[in-house]
Amino acid sequence: MALRFEVLGRFNRARAARLTLPHFTCQTPLFMPVGTQGSTIKGLTTDQLETIGCQIILGNTYHLELRPGSQLIDDLGGLHKFMNWKRALLTDSGGFQMVSLLHLADITEEGVTFQSPVDGKPMLLTPEESINIQNNIGADIIMALDDVVKTTITGPRIEEAMYRTLRWIDRCIAAHKKPDVQNLFGIVQGGLDPVLRDICVRGLVERNLPGYAIGGLAGGEDKDSFWRVVAQCTAGLPEDKPRYVMGVGYPLDIVVCSALGADMYDCVYPTRTARFGSALVPEGVLKLKQNAMATDERPIDPSCPCMVCKNYTRAYLHCLVTKDPMGSQLLSYHNLSFMARLSRDLHMSILEGRFPEFVRGFLRVQFPKGDVPKWVHNAMEVAGIDISECCTPTNCQHDAMEAAGVDISEFCPPTRCP
Amino acid sequence: MRFAVTKVCASGAKARAGLLQIGSSGVETPALLLSTRKGLPAFMSPDLLSSLPLPDSLLLNVCPTHFIEVPPSKTISNIGGLHRMLGLPDHILVAAAGESTECLPSSDATNKFGASFETPAGRKLVKPSDYMELISCLQPNLWASLADEVPAWVNEKRNKTSVERTLRWLDACIALDAASGRNSLGVVVGGSSIEQRKLCATEVSKRNVSGFWIGGFGLGESVEERCSLLNAVTVRIMFFICKLLLPR
Repeated sequence: MALRFEVLGRFNRARAARLTLPHFTCQTPLFMPVGTQGSTIKGLTTDQLETIGCQIILGNTYHLELRPGSQLIDDLGGLHKFMNWKRALLTDSGGFQMVSLLHLADITEEGVTFQSPVDGKPMLLTPEESINIQNNIGADIIMALDDVVKTTITGPRIEEAMYRTLRWIDRCIAAHKKPDVQNLFGIVQGGLDPVLRDICVRGLVERNLPGYAIGGLAGGEDKDSFWRVVAQCTAGLPEDKPRYVMGVGYPLDIVVCSALGADMYDCVYPTRTARFGSALVPEGVLKLKQNAMATDERPIDPSCPCMVCKNYTRAYLHCLVTKDPMGSQLLSYHNLSFMARLSRDLHMSILEGRFPEFVRGFLRVQFPKGDVPKWVHNAMEVAGIDISECCTPTNCQHDAMEAAGVDISEFCPPTRCP
Repeated sequence: MRFAVTKVCASGAKARAGLLQIGSSGVETPALLLSTRKGLPAFMSPDLLSSLPLPDSLLLNVCPTHFIEVPPSKTISNIGGLHRMLGLPDHILVAAAGESTECLPSSDATNKFGASFETPAGRKLVKPSDYMELISCLQPNLWASLADEVPAWVNEKRNKTSVERTLRWLDACIALDAASGRNSLGVVVGGSSIEQRKLCATEVSKRNVSGFWIGGFGLGESVEERCSLLNAVTVRIMFFICKLLLPR
């Protein structure tokens, strides 16, 4: 094991922790930006990422193995040195890209067979090969190769994938050559089925891994199913090890998952939405492409201390977005600053004993009319956080009546029912 | 703006070193202007720009026609001009209407009313009044006047017309300038004709300009031609070379 995880503060299930990795000591909850081709975040330098406050960056194993190749990276001293990033790195197994990017990916017991995008030759990614590549790359955290299925799929495939994931974790553990400097995380699968998820959690916990990820979510499932799976998994995973919800990046989702006891998140959303001209703000999303922005002399977010908000107006950014790469660059910078600040706010508010107030403040700004989605209510109830003051009185009344088993739908106009 | 020649070469050679002082910033010349897109060098936000060597990286070449549609002039003025809008308060911003990547002069479409450019917003005809409206809201440190730049292969008549228009537009720009040309660089054109180049340079130097922008290069002339043309337009105050594709 090459990490230390110390819980410094709590509120019910939520925890603020110190995660000590070989290259960096991190504070959780934290958000990890995703690098694609060769692990660079599109448009940003490593100096900028450090200034923004990024703690861990995701390297993309599939892309790195394609170009420049993990052996070359190893020969040159590992990815940290290659990309000049002093802090922590995490690599995924390569499996997700296989399934999402490539058309004829076929999953067998041996591994994932796919057509090479370079020359169309059939190729095979096995658990052993994935770990070997990740050993070469040298990230602080590496991910097991799992059998990923979309959450929208039903039937026996999900069970098959869950059991295969457990068989593959043993192969990953056996293949891992550097457990003293790289932490292998297992990934909980099982679709939306609580029984399968439970079996998977127990199976992975038995292997006594340094950390655990909750996979197979953030793929189109309904929000109620999403939070329930997260809640179930966090309840079953060990207290003293980090919990990573893969693919989660909407600020609201991160706040809810943190309330339920998760610690780490990754998503392309902040950087991808930047490239489409959208900035993350406390109220939600600001679309810089809109015509109204052409004459708006305010910064993206007056409360944001980042370089972009300190220097630029919405009007100037409007003339850049979607027409000039600089627009994507500046918005990516701001959006990652936003996510880094969110991570810091989550950590500090839990540490300083004001987490419920933070959550309420967050929801009030995102939902000024009080229309907090029902799934958030449900999740916060389980998390033990009272958010009733963030909702409009009529909403609460409806909920109260529903809880009491009284049908008041005839008094409630359809459009106003949550 | 102040410019002083600090050293000239011996034995009649023309090269000289100088110092360009604008506000609190001073740059030694010869110096290179960094080209920009919508005011910022490609992929260089202010924090990255500040890691380039100073003071040379303070000099930026900005193209007002990049802003011909958005933001509106009033908004640019309200923000406080280019320096505030770009977040570069200490930089020396030198404006010129055309440039070789995003705002190519479209000499076929240029007419007696204005110069035509292929801009990011499509082809635009820019009259002196349009240009000076942009200049007055952008407030660059220095600005080159609106010119009719033509490629090296145009006929004599077209070339002569380009000189006449350039001089007329220079006068129009100065007349429209609140500072009466105090921060202006008169553009010298004349294509590949030494005679026209000399004529244009002589006429421009009679106007109330602070310096000279030697334009119309990088449009099809040969390297050998360029040297003799430059020689012909040597003037005493200052050079800005525009659109040279090869470093010399």
